[in-house]
Amino acid sequence: MLAPSIKSRPVYPGFALVQGAQRHIVALEGEGALALLELVQPGDPELARVEIMYAPGTSAAAGHAEALTNLGAAHYWQAVSPATLTTRLHQVLATATMSSRLYASGSEPFIGEVVRAGAAFGVKHLSIITEHRGSMKRRVQCVHCKGFIDDVTISPVPCTHCGLHLFVRDHFSRRFNAFQGVSIHAEEHDVIPSAEELYR
Amino acid sequence: MSMTFNDETFRDDFTFRNSPAGIRRYPFPFHEDRYMYAVNIEPHLPGAAGTAYEHLIDVDEHYVAEMRDRALVLKEDPQRCQALPHMMAAQWDVLELLMTEKAAGYPDLFTLERNGDRWHWINRPLGIDDTFTFGDRSTLPYEPMEYIFRQAQGDFCIVDQRDDNLWMDAGIVTTQADWSLDFDIGMNFMEWHAPVPLAHQMGVFDRALKFLLNVQQGRPTRRLNWTMTVNARLDTSPENYHKWGPDKLTVTPENIGEKMHLRCELQSFWRLPRSNAILFPIRCYLIKFAEIATIPKWACRMHRVLQTIPDELADYKGFSRNRQLAIDYFAPFDHGQPTTPGTSPE
Amino acid sequence: MTSTGTSAINTEMHVRVADITPVAAAIKRFTLVRTDGEPLPVFAPGAHVVVSMVDGGRLRRNPYSLMSSPTDTSKYEISVLRVDQSRGGSAFLHEQLQVGDALTISQPLNLFPIDNWGRRHLLVAGGVGITPFLPMMETMNAEGRPFELYYSIRSRPHGAYWSWLADRYGSRVKLAVDDEGDRVDYRALLINQPLGTHLYVCGPRPMLDHVLSVARGLGWPDENIHFELFLAPPPGVPFTVSLAKSQLEIAVEEHQSLLEAIEAAGVDAPYLCRGGACGQCETVVVHADGELLHNDHFLTDDEKTSGTKIMPCVSRFVGAGLTLDL
Repeated sequence: MLAPSIKSRPVYPGFALVQGAQRHIVALEGEGALALLELVQPGDPELARVEIMYAPGTSAAAGHAEALTNLGAAHYWQAVSPATLTTRLHQVLATATMSSRLYASGSEPFIGEVVRAGAAFGVKHLSIITEHRGSMKRRVQCVHCKGFIDDVTISPVPCTHCGLHLFVRDHFSRRFNAFQGVSIHAEEHDVIPSAEELYR
Repeated sequence: MSMTFNDETFRDDFTFRNSPAGIRRYPFPFHEDRYMYAVNIEPHLPGAAGTAYEHLIDVDEHYVAEMRDRALVLKEDPQRCQALPHMMAAQWDVLELLMTEKAAGYPDLFTLERNGDRWHWINRPLGIDDTFTFGDRSTLPYEPMEYIFRQAQGDFCIVDQRDDNLWMDAGIVTTQADWSLDFDIGMNFMEWHAPVPLAHQMGVFDRALKFLLNVQQGRPTRRLNWTMTVNARLDTSPENYHKWGPDKLTVTPENIGEKMHLRCELQSFWRLPRSNAILFPIRCYLIKFAEIATIPKWACRMHRVLQTIPDELADYKGFSRNRQLAIDYFAPFDHGQPTTPGTSPE
Repeated sequence: MTSTGTSAINTEMHVRVADITPVAAAIKRFTLVRTDGEPLPVFAPGAHVVVSMVDGGRLRRNPYSLMSSPTDTSKYEISVLRVDQSRGGSAFLHEQLQVGDALTISQPLNLFPIDNWGRRHLLVAGGVGITPFLPMMETMNAEGRPFELYYSIRSRPHGAYWSWLADRYGSRVKLAVDDEGDRVDYRALLINQPLGTHLYVCGPRPMLDHVLSVARGLGWPDENIHFELFLAPPPGVPFTVSLAKSQLEIAVEEHQSLLEAIEAAGVDAPYLCRGGACGQCETVVVHADGELLHNDHFLTDDEKTSGTKIMPCVSRFVGAGLTLDL
């Protein structure tokens, strides 16, 4: 569970199926499968309205795919990667109706991609049910060169594009699905604190 | 034209300076001899002549030079001026507001003639004379927001109101104290204020948000914010932090009078008519320590206030490194006697 | 922080009634123009103004949606339903007010704006609730934003503007006439709206409650549901209230709201919409020996049960004693 260190850092309240929704579109990555598996039992009638999209990623060995299949949801589809899941999600949302609700669970960058997909179809982030599971890795944007760095677990982190060493702030942009990285040695260019593993 | 405009720079050789009248009209932020963070919002009403508050949209001797610096920033980084697609009605609202306020406040500098939706705008200091159709973007050389912001001092945010919150969905940031418009576009009130210490715990932002949600048409409000800058650099953006950051290490007791600047942001809040959005001008005023020193009351007060600022706030405002130097600089001006309350030079 | 009911800065506008036209069996349209000849402020569709009127010595202030074109700064138009159990506002406007009479109006205030994230806008109106949708449709039409209107009226003689709307917006307007047996199936209407549709509802309370309940019951998120409901302050048993700061004890009459009683006593209390919606008049309850009757839709359930806050524009009290922090 991600603890908010600044008040406006994104929080992910946890899964609960929205009563009355005709369709629950559930996007899961890695350990995010557990968000659904711990919410409903196989045979739950509400599963007749649940459509699952799952990218196992680094959790492939954990057996979640099989467990999700056994839930007996309206539909189960497995993605070979989070990116292919996102592409399919765009297609699904293009024809979805207002009586559907969108759910996302997995790493923070994965949830952010689902939120961005929703935004493309007018779905506000407030309407998406989210739960963080698994790695605490972050996606970071270097404010100086505007490049993005994936899978960040340390701070400061060297920018893979421009080489500046970046302090990873808790300041988050939904639009970019990234936390802000700011030069940690802007005042004294030669003084670079050593990296700490802050999140994994 | 009745106003003379300085030919000065805010980068490289930093020839910026305030005239004696410019010094006296400076919006000095400290009312008393100690500092406290507060929301301090008040109605934005025209103030005394000869002050920065005289006109609700203020134009001063730095106008032409600031617009020149803005153009340079935008050329290098066009992402400093952005609007999300749904903000076009708000863009026109802003163009109308700034043109009407400037023309009303400074009729010898600006003229606005409106014939239905055919508008004729003259900006004498910048040598602009344009006719366009209000509401038709294709009749202007830029989108309406960028068009008028290139002619208005200060940064601006245009904030959409929805879901009981405010969303920074458009703006221009070229004179900013340390935040990135490109990164913050689309954020809501709490999110874009996230990095400010102390205030969150005190509930200051909860109250401010509630108040701003109820800003009404015809009743703009304002508050004054402040920080410090080394060199008269307007563009202290995070994007360029690596370039201006080292400036902070170049301050010495000998040069602090010339190099260190108090930087005030006069923020105002205007409800916009067509879009129901809020315009949030952030007008930047710079003054050198040596210029402050020419006003005895202010110099004395600076010595006292600088000592009462909480450490976290000094860190956040980025002047911890030079704080003691600043205190030392103003120490000789502290006469030990009470000062008059309020911000006026006397 | 400044409150809005008070003002050294008075932004209210003096207007004169330029026209009164019956537009339906119990609805009249009033056209207002500024007496000083200045243009009226442009407004965002969905806005309303608070109209101050003096009715036999009594000052009334009621909110009315602006239905005129937002870009026509020469006049404002409002339409008012003559309500039988009126506290006097609609009775006054229908029966007493004449062309040429003077009124004061507030600056436009918008608690019912178009949501900029909407990719499609579904407007649901009942009776005189059609009024805020007229400028909305004009703007959406001009800007090419997709919309549809579902407009329910009691009968054709009782419905206003339905013919004009059908002419102007064609098939985007669906009319349901009660006494012709039309009933809107809101479930069918709402279940298949495309993602990104926003719902706007304005009409009588029971209709509003029903439509909202159907939408929520289908899983529509609250952020896509918008409604305008001006609660007229309901009458009630008279009571007395103490104002702690002003050191006053005042009586609230049966047909007088708590806010009106406070104002009549010469105390400047903050207010904005006067309809229980905006939160500006929120007042701290210092002490209550009795029951607060919350009639607003601004305070949360917790805030209401806590007994520490009240919205004087529409809420009341019954009991032995009430003290407010005013």
